[in-house]
Amino acid sequence: MTPVQLGRRDFIKVGALAGGGLLLGVYVPQAKGSALPAAFEPNVFLRIDPSGEVTITVARSDMGQGVRTALPMIVAEELDAEWQSIRVRQAAAHPDHYGRMMTVGSTSVRNGAWRPLRRAGAAAREMLVAAAAARWSVPASELRTQEGKVFHDASRRSATYGELAQAAATVPVPAEPKLKDPSTFKLIGTSPLQLDAPDKVTGRAKYGIDARVPGMLFATVVHPPVFGSRVKSFNATKAKAVPGVRHVVQITSGVAVVGDHTWAAMKGAQALDIEYENTAFALSSTDIFRSFSELADKPGVDAKRVGDAAGALGRASKRLQATYEAPYLAHATMEPMNCTAHVQADRVEVWAPTQNPQGTQQTAARLTGVPVDKVTVHVQLLGCGWGRRSRTDFVEDAVETSKALGKPVQVLWTREEDMQHDFYRPAAHVRLDGGMDASGKLLGITVRVAAQPISGGANVDGPAVASIADTPYAIPNYLVEYCRATNAVPVGYWRSVGPSQNTFIFESFIDELAHAAKRDPVELRRELLASDPRMLNVLNVCAERAKWGSPLPAGRARGIALVDDKGGRVAEVAEVSLTGGKIRVHKVTLVADCGQIIHSGIVQGQMSGSVVAGLSAALYGEITIERGRVKQTNFRDYPMLRIDEMPEIDVHIVRNHEEPGGVGEPGVPPIAPAVANALFTLTGVRARRLPLRPEMFAPVGSR
Amino acid sequence: MPPYKLRVNGVIREVDVEADTRVLWVLRDVLGLTGTKYGCGIAQCGSCTVHVNGRATRSCTLQVSQVGDRAITTIEGLSAEGTHAVQKAWIAEDVPQCGYCQSGQIMTAAALLASNKTPTDADIDSAMDGLICRCGTYDRIRRAIHRAAKEV
Repeated sequence: MTPVQLGRRDFIKVGALAGGGLLLGVYVPQAKGSALPAAFEPNVFLRIDPSGEVTITVARSDMGQGVRTALPMIVAEELDAEWQSIRVRQAAAHPDHYGRMMTVGSTSVRNGAWRPLRRAGAAAREMLVAAAAARWSVPASELRTQEGKVFHDASRRSATYGELAQAAATVPVPAEPKLKDPSTFKLIGTSPLQLDAPDKVTGRAKYGIDARVPGMLFATVVHPPVFGSRVKSFNATKAKAVPGVRHVVQITSGVAVVGDHTWAAMKGAQALDIEYENTAFALSSTDIFRSFSELADKPGVDAKRVGDAAGALGRASKRLQATYEAPYLAHATMEPMNCTAHVQADRVEVWAPTQNPQGTQQTAARLTGVPVDKVTVHVQLLGCGWGRRSRTDFVEDAVETSKALGKPVQVLWTREEDMQHDFYRPAAHVRLDGGMDASGKLLGITVRVAAQPISGGANVDGPAVASIADTPYAIPNYLVEYCRATNAVPVGYWRSVGPSQNTFIFESFIDELAHAAKRDPVELRRELLASDPRMLNVLNVCAERAKWGSPLPAGRARGIALVDDKGGRVAEVAEVSLTGGKIRVHKVTLVADCGQIIHSGIVQGQMSGSVVAGLSAALYGEITIERGRVKQTNFRDYPMLRIDEMPEIDVHIVRNHEEPGGVGEPGVPPIAPAVANALFTLTGVRARRLPLRPEMFAPVGSR
Repeated sequence: MPPYKLRVNGVIREVDVEADTRVLWVLRDVLGLTGTKYGCGIAQCGSCTVHVNGRATRSCTLQVSQVGDRAITTIEGLSAEGTHAVQKAWIAEDVPQCGYCQSGQIMTAAALLASNKTPTDADIDSAMDGLICRCGTYDRIRRAIHRAAKEV
């Protein structure tokens, strides 16, 4: 069947299902202006079975952000489907059927899914209506749809979508299905039962670690502890003597110990004698920050240049200079890195908790020589993602181990391996210089960022300067420079990426400027956001809900910070105290404008969870390098916020029908500066380094 | 080694493993009960929590030889159809995000409510502060425990 063009850039195709039913495939080109493909390859699938069951294929990975519920909701809304009839199928990796499957950057709804999923649902609805109109010989205009049925009120007739599905499959696909007016949404914006929730409370949900294949073995891998080091030789005698250990094999990244169960593998791994080469790498965190500082002594490359910042600073009546630093951070996903692979002569099957199904598929093909179309990648649920699972190093471990043995193998890293072999959030050294006039009006700022790059860009690393170079504040004279650092510590994307450390730095500095000018921090921000009504609204609503400026009990203070990140605008006020040698965050007020939201419960949960993520990092998060290796090993020395430290969180979502923005990440960045700014108000001490440790804030006079 | 006889979810299961094998791996890799999760291996995160004679216990540090004839209950055995008051409250409060730690959270909460029908916030803190939820669902966990307490 010839595909019908939908609008200018989407294409939709209908097919009949064996046994009756409707199958819709929508092709969404990934790049502007891309041509209609020679072979029609839909990347959104919607099927309606004669039973009335509606199945939606989801090609994004679910790591707790709820795409397996949110994406089907978009289709169900336009389709007028009954929520209980919705089933979700996780797409296996495919090079191009689904477009880019990489699930990062809070993009699942905002980039790609929103419009085509609405169109798919609307097209199917119109086809079901046309089928009913033909069956009853009435005009389609007399029909309405609701909860999986088509109704003809005048004759009191109705038919279920299941009953109409087969006939609908023979109806021409509408060229321009009519989308709903967002003000009439019934499902979008509400909070229906999340489709995976029943499985998640009964232990039935299948994460990567839960893949089970007949005949499989269980393995763990020991990697060289020092970055840049490699295995020179190893003695497996003691490891192989551990009951249950079956094999010890060297792979590219280290040594895999394979056994009947994970315990045998882990015990065997501890019994390995390994000699490493290139262990002379003696770098430490102290050296790294010194090298960053030396880099920042010299000009970098321009990341942002507005007006004449140097000139503005020269004529400022008040100048403020500050240097901030942020440490490396591990992801520490609850589910440690793991992957299950079965490599056979002519095909490979992989079960992976991955944010990167296509990279996983390509990796397996590359390592085995098996063509990509013979590599099946099952995308499992992810026990957190945070960007860590966009990498494929753990996939390599499983594929290489299985290839060596010719058997299905699950490789699971210990927590210690997971923490010591991460792609860390980059450490950063940032120098700022700001100037104001006598009235406290901001004249200009210069910023110099020294950090390792994450992206492959030749000059400026976007993530390294994110939320500084693209601040929502109107700064009349502004210069941001990037100084590229290089060392052996692997760095990568960490939930909210650059803004996670840069918002701490920049929002603390803005606070410093406000205090230096004896201005209220909210009022200064209002002035700088005068031409950004949505961000300004978020700030104002947040200040109001937090009762900014109202009295607090003795020993408490408030701080505020905001971010405009990945299409989400978020402001947070933290209320803190410092008692008994502990920083205590009592209350957080969070206001977010993420445009049109899909599932309100998910958005609320992502926002309060983001506060917890940001607080764990702000209060405890620090990976340190000693003699070339990561010092921290487990949750004992890389602690997380726990329930007894959970603040009261008031989440307020600004409701509108603007284009959907990011939800999973923008709540993370503002909490660290909000807490640091509150601690300044409380103690008079400005923290310019994370994590915020209580001893930094000893009361004035006792220092 | 003679095989160990474990009472798991009401059924006697014979397992032929070394005495020091941690119960977590017996459950997951030998018996196929994958609802109990590995998070840290050193009893710091609680994802592996099961009931041993009704007490919330970290299965990642419990050796198979230490169990004896005590009854082990895993998330799969908490209720046949997911209808335990805690599970129902978890759904009603929409607690799970990624969900990975939730088996341990639910088992710990169920053990708390079995011994304390009306836990205060402080009781909840002291029962639950050994667990980590990286998604940060603590506020909903607290609400769900209070909700379940009303139903028990």
